[in-house]
Amino acid sequence: MSTFENPGFLAIELDGAGWDGADLTRAVLAAESAGFHAATFTDAPAPGRANALQRAAFAGPVSRTIALVPEVDTVYTEPFHISTQLASLDYVSGGRAGWIVTAAEAPGAAAAVGRSVVTGAALGQEAAASIEVSRRLWDSWEDDAVIRDVATGRYIDVDKLHYVDFRTPAGFAGPGYSVKGPSIIPRPLQGQLPVLAPASLIGGVPVEAVDAVLVSAPTPELLAAEVRDVRARVGAGVVVVAELDLVLDARGQAAAARGASFDGGRAAFAGSAASLTDFLADLLKEADGVRLHPASLFVDLEELGRLVLPELRRRRALRPVVQDGTFRDLLGLDRPASRYATAAAAPAGAGK
Amino acid sequence: MTQHTRAKSQVGTPDQFTPSGQIQFGVFFQGVNSGTIWKAPESGSQTDFESFRRIAQTAERGLFAAFFLGEGLRLREHLGRPHALDVVGRPDAQTMLAALASVTQNIGLVATQNTTYNDPADLAHRLASLDLVSGGRAAWNIVTTDNAWTGANFRRGGYLDHADRYKHAEAFVETAKRIWDSWETPDGPARRVLHEGQHYTVDVTPRLPRSAQYRPVLFQAGDSPEGRSFAARQADVIFSAHPTFDDAVEFRKDLVERSLAAGRGANAVQIMPASEFILAPTAAEAAEKKEWVRSLQIGPQQAIAYLEQFWGRELSAYDPDGPLPEIDPVVEETSETRGSGFHGAKARQLADQWRAEAKDKGLSIRQFVTSKTARIDSTFTGSYTAVADQLAEYARVGAVDGFNISPWLVPSGLDDIVNHLVPELQERGVYPTEYRGSTLREHLGLEAPVRSADGAVAAARA
Repeated sequence: MSTFENPGFLAIELDGAGWDGADLTRAVLAAESAGFHAATFTDAPAPGRANALQRAAFAGPVSRTIALVPEVDTVYTEPFHISTQLASLDYVSGGRAGWIVTAAEAPGAAAAVGRSVVTGAALGQEAAASIEVSRRLWDSWEDDAVIRDVATGRYIDVDKLHYVDFRTPAGFAGPGYSVKGPSIIPRPLQGQLPVLAPASLIGGVPVEAVDAVLVSAPTPELLAAEVRDVRARVGAGVVVVAELDLVLDARGQAAAARGASFDGGRAAFAGSAASLTDFLADLLKEADGVRLHPASLFVDLEELGRLVLPELRRRRALRPVVQDGTFRDLLGLDRPASRYATAAAAPAGAGK
Repeated sequence: MTQHTRAKSQVGTPDQFTPSGQIQFGVFFQGVNSGTIWKAPESGSQTDFESFRRIAQTAERGLFAAFFLGEGLRLREHLGRPHALDVVGRPDAQTMLAALASVTQNIGLVATQNTTYNDPADLAHRLASLDLVSGGRAAWNIVTTDNAWTGANFRRGGYLDHADRYKHAEAFVETAKRIWDSWETPDGPARRVLHEGQHYTVDVTPRLPRSAQYRPVLFQAGDSPEGRSFAARQADVIFSAHPTFDDAVEFRKDLVERSLAAGRGANAVQIMPASEFILAPTAAEAAEKKEWVRSLQIGPQQAIAYLEQFWGRELSAYDPDGPLPEIDPVVEETSETRGSGFHGAKARQLADQWRAEAKDKGLSIRQFVTSKTARIDSTFTGSYTAVADQLAEYARVGAVDGFNISPWLVPSGLDDIVNHLVPELQERGVYPTEYRGSTLREHLGLEAPVRSADGAVAAARA
């Protein structure tokens, strides 16, 4: 639980920066200089929305502190590709990458790859399988697998590479599959990327498989209680992040008059920067972090950076932003040993 | 170089090939190969972003048209285990290129992506995304894969027969083109794209508009007759394994014929063979440098391992500085992990040939393997001025449109090319002195695809 002794973090969803490189750079730098700890990139199909992971990758070299966390679907996307792409994102961001797991229940996503629609409990199974494949592949090169040993002519130590031999479990709802491994890329800089999943998937996805859950509620008033409920369900070892849509009074216009419409099924806050500050200060006592979805990226981001974040920081509600820190550092997670590491016994919970 | 020399082609008729008189460079950052020297002290990391940044930015300083990345789908093996001796470890091509897009302004960004273990709608969307974030600099190097060994990492497994790979690839590419072509106006909306084929069904309403270069440029790397015809129908640029002059001229003739047969212009498909450059101020220094490069590429262990691929058995008891093994190869067992040009039945025959050849020439294992593996045909060795003269001749005849350079050192492997060879080429008037525009299509002097009446895209020169 976050208290003022244990301050929280803020993430901002950068949807709205479009696909243009200049806009993306402007958005991620604005979020970083405003003091946000993480930027997220939605990937739900929408006209004009470019691939989330590539937008995050583009932002990697131009930013320095902010974590870059794309949504990546687990149902209709190849697990081997997901794993490699996310590991690569960790390389291009210097260890600031994370993964918001989504499980598309969209007929359109199914038709695009010629599969039948996955629904209900099967969504969680698909997501769980993809997470497991990625995690095993990330571990499949031990940290010191690249040895560059001139005397023996060996670039890698083959004993430190591992076949993951993943097979979908018995009772898997969809078509079963297997993945051989090892990865084609060395272990990510963070060892394991932090995996975030919506609370709605937990159950189908074992809670042990994720590092953080995203919590939604229908109204701002219900959000703190929902965070408490979810925390009770997932236990103390999992980071809890509250989801909040927002529209602020800005540029002389009242929030209510800005005509924002939200359809993410999340709690929506409309009002002044001062009232949002109070709201977030309270919410951050319950949640480890809050992910903000602004109605208009650049308009609201300006208000947040100018009025909200400085005041939250003054009230010691926010963690410091760490130069060259990893996303795991921000979330308070240790860097795990590879599950396949032979040199020493892996510590408990190394599966993450 | 604002006046593109390709304009000359308008003087001739579309069925006459007209040399551009120019050489373009691309760079292939290889993540898995035996040519990259990792044993030298100045060798850097093969996976750090800084290595990629340095090579891409150096290439851009040298006005290279394109930066290429390969695709990894399964780790190479040697005698049933991951291969330990060569550089290995390859980030995802498009993720890396998206990151490089933010630290470069002009250079084209080419992702090698196969048509077998990707889904057309997903791949087309990702390439369109890369094309948009980079401002029209993306390209797709189309490759085909068809074996169950690679398929072991994917949901579909090994589902595709070797004989069907180009048929499958072509349907895939055409579906991708329809997806990129589906955005009606700058504001949308997109037309729904349907494809029902033998192997997959696609039903998608695309999400992204056209980029500044209309759609990603298409490269193709196959060299079989089917591969060449496929390129002639679908691609903008073909890689070839024909960098020697006479061979390159022959290849050009063949490709022009195939392009015309496909209903495209004689200049429709450009040629960029893979190549290696070993350069120095003088010929003698370059020759010495080549010895050094080869000795680091093929050490004693690499020499033995090379033979082991073909022999299918362990040969570590043999002296790399001695003669080829008298022991016979294992013939009953073949797999994708052994030499690509190798199949079981040929093993004994090949071993006999090689033993005879090595004996005739008096070569040790190491010397023999060096002679087989060094990219002799694709290596330009010499002084900066001599190699510049050589390349100017290629440009004059139009044997190739450019070279795709594989640096043997990461990340400094382009420095001498950009600092010394490029200025020599510019002096000879055969290399750009500035980027022609902002998109890869413009750098290469390709014409934009045009939309036909029914919405299909055809090459402007067709």
